[in-house]
Amino acid sequence: MPTQRQRHWVAFSTLLTREIRRFIRIWPQTLLPPAITMTLYFVIFGNLIGSRIGQMSGFDYIDYIAPGIIMMAVINNAYANVASSFFSAKFQNHIEELLIAPIPNYLILAGYVAGGAARGLLVGLIVTMVSLFFTTLPVQHLLMTLSMVILSAIMFALGGFINAIYAKSFDEIAIIPTFILTPLTYLGGIFYSIDLLPEFWQQASLFNPILYMVNAFRYGFLGVSDIPVGFAFSIIMLCIAGLTAFALYLLNKGTGIRH
Amino acid sequence: MKALSIQNLTKVYDNGFKALDGINLDVEQGDFFALLGPNGAGKSTTIGIITSLVTKTDGNVTVFGIDLATNPEQAKTYLGLVPQEFNFNGFEQVKHILITQAGYYGMPAHEAEPRADKLLKQLGLWEKRSTPSRALSGGMKRRLMIARALIHEPKLLILDEPTAGVDIELRRSMWHFLEQINAQGTTIILTTHYLEEAENLCRNIAIIDQGNIVENTNMKSLLNRLDKETFILDLKAPLTEELKLDNIDITQIGPTTLEVEIKKEDAINDLFITLTEQGITVTSMKNKANRLEELFLSLVEKTVDK
Repeated sequence: MPTQRQRHWVAFSTLLTREIRRFIRIWPQTLLPPAITMTLYFVIFGNLIGSRIGQMSGFDYIDYIAPGIIMMAVINNAYANVASSFFSAKFQNHIEELLIAPIPNYLILAGYVAGGAARGLLVGLIVTMVSLFFTTLPVQHLLMTLSMVILSAIMFALGGFINAIYAKSFDEIAIIPTFILTPLTYLGGIFYSIDLLPEFWQQASLFNPILYMVNAFRYGFLGVSDIPVGFAFSIIMLCIAGLTAFALYLLNKGTGIRH
Repeated sequence: MKALSIQNLTKVYDNGFKALDGINLDVEQGDFFALLGPNGAGKSTTIGIITSLVTKTDGNVTVFGIDLATNPEQAKTYLGLVPQEFNFNGFEQVKHILITQAGYYGMPAHEAEPRADKLLKQLGLWEKRSTPSRALSGGMKRRLMIARALIHEPKLLILDEPTAGVDIELRRSMWHFLEQINAQGTTIILTTHYLEEAENLCRNIAIIDQGNIVENTNMKSLLNRLDKETFILDLKAPLTEELKLDNIDITQIGPTTLEVEIKKEDAINDLFITLTEQGITVTSMKNKANRLEELFLSLVEKTVDK
């Protein structure tokens, strides 16, 4: 007779496996587009425009933007995976397979978030490999690089989960990425140092969580950051804790999934 | 041991609609139980609450003595559900759906696989095991939902109109399958619109209407309440003159068809003696309607009258 812990582990790994199988099955929609898009970023912003910009914070422009582009791919894909997978499960009603099963809500959340993070990290790896055709990526702080990319993937997977809980149509899972996530990403210091901004916009940028992720991740590669990495780390952990608590509250309440 | 016990179960939806009005219901272990009612009566809400898909407003549900509210994880391990609507991922392969569902119940793939194979063979889905579920026919999808509900070997199986839209041949093979698993000890609760199905399969019955249980008894005693039966007789030749019999209501509904209503205490022999005396040959005889259907309609009509 398996223990409760063993049953939980099987349930979690089943959900995670299903999520990974899903995004691999539809790889032309999930893995290929970010590889192509990010290649274009490297070609246009890195090579063509970047060569005229010169240096940023003491690095060639393409070296400076490469970590941010990888991070952008990770967070977009972690978010999109959970948002579309969980919403599809609601839409096709096969979320009921999970709801009737003896799985605690925290494991449902963990399974979906791990699945989203897995896609984010795989896409991140693909984009990293693409970036090596354009630049050499020095890694100054490996642990910081890895922990930051994993935490960022988790944080945005949580965001995608909450979006999917509230969404009532496929349009509603596109609204947040289009009108909130994309602007925050572009204004999150991927393509520039916030030192270039006027004082007001520098202060305003500090409210953008993506700024912390990009800078801490860049610090892992290049050893430079616009903000103290310890502070960035704390902000991200705080965001993850807040989003986890909120997602669990919604799941326990049955918002969007139970009548 | 009660497989299911429901006490004072109430559900009021956000729009104010009261779907369940404090119902009480017990289902004994090993029973084959029918939960019947017209559309919108509260059957699916009841099943939804038992299976945690709907949140109750008030009341208690216990499954094999385990309170669903305080120990949902253990209570859920006893339950299997075949829902009314298809609810699996259309892009997943048939066998994957079963193994994934088993995984949600903590059954590792190496244990689930032989069980999935057995169920797929029993339910005639073996050839389709690698097919995406969306490519299955309606009948196959129904059978897949039964296989999925049984993959973790539940002690209580709830079937919400499992044979809706299924042809009669397949329906009968599903009945046979359900009778087998009931005989092996699985308690079954069935909702259906085919009252013949409930009459043939179920030993106990509850009828729900407008959120209230209007009848809860065993099938035999319910059917015994019928005080008359209606038969349809097919005649060899058309009647030449009007037929009248004492104590028996006869209506001619076609040139060679009679509808005959006979009280339960009256002998049916008298009818045939009289018909024979008048030179009328009967070629076939059948019940006008399913007996349970008549009772069901009378019980539901009573609540409407109230």
